[in-house]
Amino acid sequence: MTLLEFSRGPMLHFALFVFVFAVLWRLISTFMLGWRKRKSEWRTTSGSSAVKGAIAVGNRSWPHPEFLERTAFGEAVGYGYHIGLFAIILLGAPHVIFWKNLFGISATWWPTIPSGIIHVISVVTIFLLLIATIRRYMHPPLRRISNFDDWFTLVILFGLMISGVMAVFGLGGRYEIILAVHIISFNVLLIWFPFSKLMHAFYILPARFFIGYTHAKKGAST
Amino acid sequence: MSTATQNLSGAPAAEERLSPSEREERAMSEFAHHFGAYTATNLESCIHCGMCADACHFYIATEDPKYTPILKAEPFKQAYRRESGAFAPFYKLLGLKKKVTVDELEEWQELLFDSCSQCGRCSLICPMGIEVAEMIEIGRRGMAAAGLAPKALMDRARHQAETGQPEESEKPYPEVLREIGKEHDLEVKLDKDKADILVCLPRTDLDQNPESVAAMIKIFDRLGADYTFRSDALIAENYGYYAGSRGLQKRITSRITDAAKKLGASLVIVPECGHAYTALRWQAAEILGERLPFRVRHVTEFLAEQLEAGKLKLSKVNGDTFAFHDPCQLVRKGGIMDAPRQLMDAMDVDLREMHNKKGFSFCCGGGGGVNDLESAKDLRNRAQTMKLREIDDTGAKRFLTSCSDCRVSFNEAGENQDWNKKTESLIELVATQIKE
Ligand code: SF4
Ligand code: SF4
Repeated sequence: MTLLEFSRGPMLHFALFVFVFAVLWRLISTFMLGWRKRKSEWRTTSGSSAVKGAIAVGNRSWPHPEFLERTAFGEAVGYGYHIGLFAIILLGAPHVIFWKNLFGISATWWPTIPSGIIHVISVVTIFLLLIATIRRYMHPPLRRISNFDDWFTLVILFGLMISGVMAVFGLGGRYEIILAVHIISFNVLLIWFPFSKLMHAFYILPARFFIGYTHAKKGAST
Repeated sequence: MSTATQNLSGAPAAEERLSPSEREERAMSEFAHHFGAYTATNLESCIHCGMCADACHFYIATEDPKYTPILKAEPFKQAYRRESGAFAPFYKLLGLKKKVTVDELEEWQELLFDSCSQCGRCSLICPMGIEVAEMIEIGRRGMAAAGLAPKALMDRARHQAETGQPEESEKPYPEVLREIGKEHDLEVKLDKDKADILVCLPRTDLDQNPESVAAMIKIFDRLGADYTFRSDALIAENYGYYAGSRGLQKRITSRITDAAKKLGASLVIVPECGHAYTALRWQAAEILGERLPFRVRHVTEFLAEQLEAGKLKLSKVNGDTFAFHDPCQLVRKGGIMDAPRQLMDAMDVDLREMHNKKGFSFCCGGGGGVNDLESAKDLRNRAQTMKLREIDDTGAKRFLTSCSDCRVSFNEAGENQDWNKKTESLIELVATQIKE
């Protein structure tokens, strides 16, 4: 079995198994911890608070203008690489083929972005990730609260992005090896995901909903 | 140990005799009390983006990264990860998450008490929607359980739970109240057996702002309200809440709730005090574990209701321009967004809003018991400087707020910085403008 076959065969399946099982485990064990029934006299009904909670899920994506002056740069960089990553993963032609094969679907409707544009997006995304990393190191509060989770996640992302760009541009040696490194990085990301801050991709929905819901019950700011 | 607490008689409090491991255990079991799906979701969600620092006046004023809000919640977060998180057994087995130690708790005392006024601004900025302020509050609770809450707060909390007032005063507060009534030629309704409304007062006003106390009496008289003050439930502040002690907070809360029940009151009025509002409006029922058989309203909220019902008539103030500080506990955390502005509108107050207003208002710098901590003086001074500048930037001549604790903070800042404004009470203004 070649390295490439291993990376997209048994290793990928193992990584997917860990990913699915551990993500579910982490989410379920969080929500199984129990809910306290609150007894205060609320300002709104549960129904309208739930609507406010749902609104908060969307609203929190856009910072309040009061904070923008201090946070605009960090947010722009954060948004930038998130959008870049999503575009590459979901709309880059090689990735679309990978997903279709993995899930065994034909999905002729699935759009792709022309490869020239994806190349530009990839380079810009690496650049933004680099800025985010430098900022994490230079910005005092960020540096103070950063831990292994933050740095290791960045290392994996860089590995994934750089090996992807190298594979596309035919840099750094045999294509099969570079591609295998790229897929291995992806597998490592999948395995690391449930144990790391990457879980924010799932927690973002309930966390935002809860703050919107509980604040609405008090009539407090969201 | 600098953080030890003493009881009323001056003898060492039980907490002072605790061994380090007992302190750790107590902190841990208090933290465990708060592990639930809601807090877990909050603790699991942090992406370490650091944005909460950009909301906190203590960080903005000092640029010291240790004041990053989510860092203040670290002991609680760490305890959760080790004891209750999804992979806790695995972390424990491999020694990946360390136990919260007494040294760490002691180190965090400043971060949890001196440098957090529980203002809740950080909860508004977090892109993940984490209720950061509540996580910090739970941190305080762990500290109090471990006997590591600041002595200044713990002593007052214990004193208040025992006697009804946080400290000895020259004269008992009911007597002070009677004297204020006499001085202002107002009849003080004290210790009635039955009344529809129980009214509480801020200790700070009894001590420092008798005019505000007189204003409360005058307003309730003019409204013809069936109300009373009670000697056994006079003080609105809850030092148990400041100190983070669930037990003491509960005992102090019960003084008011028991008195209201005995009176058969349908309404309890919280005076101009933000934290008293949080303690009674949003935490009393939770901490007592029962629904309250009466409503709790802040005085501005109650007066806005009276205004709407046409029972309160106010005359217009002339000429001056005003700035208004939204107390965090009332507005951002308490949900009283419009009441103060309804009252100001009714008096035709020419309001010059601050850049950060309503839910986004910066804290006065002294809430959450920070005003009571000598060790926090320099830090709160720096936060206050920022706030005073924002008030001055409105160009307003006069300055109003509706929280006595905020007034204490602004008065201190004003004195330190030779500020040209006096902090006035909205309720006093209402009392001056109330029509017969
Ligand atoms: S609650 Fe207020 S004072 Fe405390 S950390 Fe958050 S922003 Fe800072
Ligand atoms: S703003 Fe929220 S997600 Fe970001 S570091 Fe603070 S608590 Fe964590």
